[in-house]
Amino acid sequence: MKHHIQISLNGDPVEVLVEPSQTLLDVLRDELGLTGTKEGCGTGDCGACSVMVDNRLVCGCLVLGPEVAGKSVETIEGMAEGEVLHPLQRHFLEHAALQCGICTPGFLVAAKALLAHNPDPTETEVRYWLAGNLCRCTGYDKIIRAVMDAAAEMRQAPNARAELKDQLQHAGA
Amino acid sequence: MQEKIGNPPVEQEFKWVGTRQVRPDGIDKVTGRAKFGADYNLPGQLTGAVLRSPHPHARIVSIDTSQAAALQGVKAIVTRDDFNDQDSEFVPAGEMLVNYRDVVRNVMAREKVLYEGHAVAAVAATSPIIAKRALKLINVEYEILPHVIDVLDAIKPDAPLLHDDMITTGVEPAPTTPSNIAKKVEFTLGDSGAAFAKADVVVERAFDTKPVHQGYIEPHACLADVSEDGAAELWVCTQGHWIVRAHCARLLGWDVSKIKVNASEIGGGFGGKTVVYLEPLALALSKKSGKPVKMVMSREDVFKASGPTSGAHIRVKMGATKDGRIVAAETELFYQAGAFQGSPVGPGAMCAFAPYDLEHVKSVGYDVVSNRSKVAAYRAPGGPISEYAVESVVDELAREIGMDPIDFRLKNAAKEGTKAAYGPQFGPIGLIETLEAAKNSDHWKAPLGPNQGRGVASGFWFNIGGETSVTLNLNEDGTLTLMAGTPDIGGLRASLCLMAAEELGIDYPKIRPIIADTASLGYNFLTGGSRATFSSGMATVEAAQQIKTEACRRAAQLWDVPEEAVLYEDGYVRPAGDNAGPQDPMHISEIARMAGKTGGPITGVAKINAQGAAPSFGTQIADVEIDPETGRATVTRYTVIQDAGRAIHPDYVEGQFQGGAAQGIGWALNEEYIYGDDGKLENPGFLDYRIPVASDLPMIDTIIVEVPNPRHPYGVRGIGETPIVPPMATVANAVRDATGLRFTELPMSPPRVLKAINEARAAGDTNLKV
Amino acid sequence: MRYEAPETLDAAVALLASAGEETKVLAGGTDLLVQLRTDLIAPTLVVDIKNIDETRIIIETAGGFRVGAAVSGAELAEHASLSSIWPGLVEAVSLIGSTQIQGRASLGGNLCNGSPAADSVPAMIAAGAVANVAGPNGRREIPVEDVILAPRKLSLTPGEFVVSFQLPARPARAADAYQRFIPRTEMDIAVVGAGVSLARDEAGKITDARVSLGAVASRPLLVIDAADAIIGTTLDAAALTALDAACQAACQPIDDKRGTIDFRTEVAGVLARRTAEIAYKRAGA
Repeated sequence: MKHHIQISLNGDPVEVLVEPSQTLLDVLRDELGLTGTKEGCGTGDCGACSVMVDNRLVCGCLVLGPEVAGKSVETIEGMAEGEVLHPLQRHFLEHAALQCGICTPGFLVAAKALLAHNPDPTETEVRYWLAGNLCRCTGYDKIIRAVMDAAAEMRQAPNARAELKDQLQHAGA
Repeated sequence: MQEKIGNPPVEQEFKWVGTRQVRPDGIDKVTGRAKFGADYNLPGQLTGAVLRSPHPHARIVSIDTSQAAALQGVKAIVTRDDFNDQDSEFVPAGEMLVNYRDVVRNVMAREKVLYEGHAVAAVAATSPIIAKRALKLINVEYEILPHVIDVLDAIKPDAPLLHDDMITTGVEPAPTTPSNIAKKVEFTLGDSGAAFAKADVVVERAFDTKPVHQGYIEPHACLADVSEDGAAELWVCTQGHWIVRAHCARLLGWDVSKIKVNASEIGGGFGGKTVVYLEPLALALSKKSGKPVKMVMSREDVFKASGPTSGAHIRVKMGATKDGRIVAAETELFYQAGAFQGSPVGPGAMCAFAPYDLEHVKSVGYDVVSNRSKVAAYRAPGGPISEYAVESVVDELAREIGMDPIDFRLKNAAKEGTKAAYGPQFGPIGLIETLEAAKNSDHWKAPLGPNQGRGVASGFWFNIGGETSVTLNLNEDGTLTLMAGTPDIGGLRASLCLMAAEELGIDYPKIRPIIADTASLGYNFLTGGSRATFSSGMATVEAAQQIKTEACRRAAQLWDVPEEAVLYEDGYVRPAGDNAGPQDPMHISEIARMAGKTGGPITGVAKINAQGAAPSFGTQIADVEIDPETGRATVTRYTVIQDAGRAIHPDYVEGQFQGGAAQGIGWALNEEYIYGDDGKLENPGFLDYRIPVASDLPMIDTIIVEVPNPRHPYGVRGIGETPIVPPMATVANAVRDATGLRFTELPMSPPRVLKAINEARAAGDTNLKV
Repeated sequence: MRYEAPETLDAAVALLASAGEETKVLAGGTDLLVQLRTDLIAPTLVVDIKNIDETRIIIETAGGFRVGAAVSGAELAEHASLSSIWPGLVEAVSLIGSTQIQGRASLGGNLCNGSPAADSVPAMIAAGAVANVAGPNGRREIPVEDVILAPRKLSLTPGEFVVSFQLPARPARAADAYQRFIPRTEMDIAVVGAGVSLARDEAGKITDARVSLGAVASRPLLVIDAADAIIGTTLDAAALTALDAACQAACQPIDDKRGTIDFRTEVAGVLARRTAEIAYKRAGA
């Protein structure tokens, strides 16, 4: 029997019917059409399905759909605000911290969780926090640099993004 | 640290080429918009699933699908009976060949299953749960046969035979009895046997490597939709959608024109997505059911059923004089092909000694089948295996004669004019430049700590060109749409736009690229062989030149002057000289705006068979630290130095260097296919197939050497493959330096290293340094 | 498959004891979902225990800590007092999988998955943790070292599940540590794990110790001889050698894709030494 669940998805209320055996990843991709969260292994070993559940970084493939009833879920699709990219997204682009891009959403979600938890991580801390996100293309070098630089920018100008968004909205109005 | 060294040193002569622009597909990839193979869906689609063999080797006695077919929600089932047999015919797939007789058997087992995970049947059902249930209702009767996995076991006279009719080719006279050796290849130059007499020092070693997987993070996936009139559309993550079209048309007996293949974004390939697995099954299921069918491999299926590269046994013998000149070199290579012939032993044998200028060389290779998934190309297929062995022996030779390993390589390095053992004479190449850059690097001069060692090794890859089409459409506002057909895996679109922008004098952001489907663009060979930036770049430049020519023609018409009186420069058409008239220069966007009135759309269409691909040589340096109590080797510093010809987009060149090195470090230290005695793969997942994680690696420094390829308009050499060639020897040579012990077996995992240290200690080995 | 998330112990016990059902307890799910996915298990009923209050608590009392069986590793690591008093247990939990796994994996799940290689189990055994179990016949307590009998085989009876753990009160100058060996730096299953908990006197002499090893036998081991080898010593070279030998002697490992018998045995001794030295240093700090 399917479960009717209500969640907050990237800040918006959503209702969805889920099979008990469906994972959160299945629910996002197959029921809600949010394919930004990727499946690389289905066993929690690659991190491509990284999402936030109640502000906690998890693998979407290791959470059953019914478990998230009443919880908040954040995915890559909620990371940019309108047309304003998150500093991590911007630094990933500027550093060419992606090649094929399949692991990128997972890295971004995981890196955002890191910077919320530790705004000033060392290179080693970044590497260990992101050890559950596999990348086969880059050798991680440019990813680590992008995260470190985004962290530095966010420390220096924590409100920059909100201000930029205000400016854009103002310009639009 | 990233550096760039030019030879000859080049001033920044370009506005766009060589700059680090944000890639055109970047935003889509950081926001989750980009659609990869599994991200396509159609209304009413079915889920396809594959029943796979639990046995490594068995005869299929019967397949009964009746119970599965009766299950509600099952809409189609296909087995071997749905595919016609194919004649033996080899066709190119990347740098490797595939044979359709084998391909049809690999996508769906016929007489026998030849490896665990071999597809036996496929179903399409209305939900994943029903598809899974249906697979359990298919009854396959197997007659289990003895199996053989390891390459040396497979060549034994009494080994179980995979193919009863396999007679080794390349041997005179032809053997009279079948074996698991599909073919023998040989490349010789001079007389190596006699030349060893001139050597003061001879080193001979045997090496073993395990199969390793490309490890792309995106599993194979596709969505097929076949209409009642047989017109088919396919969305698939592939390195070559024209290749997919060709293979599917052949296997299904359909007209090529009826199959339209769309290349999705591709989540890594490294050679592994140059062949077909699910695609013909999905098309067949869609045709049978009349509904769209989506198929996605599980990670377990990827490891068990898609191509890793060969495990191998390699013997190398090299001799040198005391003053450091290599006088003779021989290698014998045994490469696992997997279930069907076609290991990369040919390129392996050709690459083996390519970095050296040698008079007397002999490389012999054997292509050996065994009960394991058929190999697919993996980044410089064959090269990393043979060059690992050779570069390890080169290191030993340098030690034996007491010479610095870089100086030893410099003394023997291939250069312009060197005749390679596999045939051609090299044009301008950059091996010496990479060795000199290595020698001058901070890394090479830095002190080492306790239990640390440093290694160096070089590597080579041929690179290819091939059939390529690019269309450039000049839009009415002066912007351009670029259509290429080589799937973009690591920033290709950015590089093509940079070359188009440079050529046309138009700003990079004004050019929007797409990877066009097979119905919208002329034929393209796949992205592989490090050919995409080279070939599609060459085609892009040609298409851009057509637009320039056409723009001049239109201006000439407007100005009523001869065509040759108009010049295209920096985005403007202008009179070629004073005699050409007083007209003001016109921007390309003006020409574009008036195109309708001056003769219609302006389009550049390049359709080429790209020639002139030039090899890329590289040299890498590694520092490792050994924990003598646990045998763990940690890479503490790493530098990749490689000739890129010209780095069109340096970020993505560095990215290829770093990614190739990381894959090679994994191959060196931890990656391996582990089979049980039952012939089943014991580690078909990222938990126990251990690719490097972020905390395993240091930053990977790069030095881009630029020795331009004279046969490419921007000097491009392919650079994607060479970076994975040197790492195994680089790391092994560093481990040798740290421990005093030569490891001849990959991976150098902690149990192997600790065992060797213990044995050396017990034997009182005076080389032992830890 | 049915999914239920009861809010009371009684309801959970009733569900788990229901006749004719193949039931599984869900806490963090990081092992359970993998087993579901790979068809290793096919339960008809999954009982999620995370909505039961006791499975989610971290309570510090005079008698020690009570830690809910379903508290995630990340939550444990963020608990300042627990981290300072049981640093070894927290470091063991923090080694289970990735940051993402940490967001879900729990002590209860890590134990009841029944793996001899579970990282937190040697640390819990060394700490002297006791599992609080609920079942059809009420509550009972089982020392953690007595829960896993063999791979995937537990001493729990049908319908029973672990609700929480009790960690003993900590004397002064006491600390624990956990070290494991894996081929990579992260993401692997322990090839060998070693947990040590000890107390020392003012002079630096070890007054009490518990040593536990993981992944070297069919179940996580409490190695009494290893503890005896260091009790009464100042963890000098001789004590470390004796500890190493006692641990090696206790090993009954297997050859598998993760390590060999010889490797596991030798490295068990190495890790026990290294772990004991960390715990000893912490206890003196």
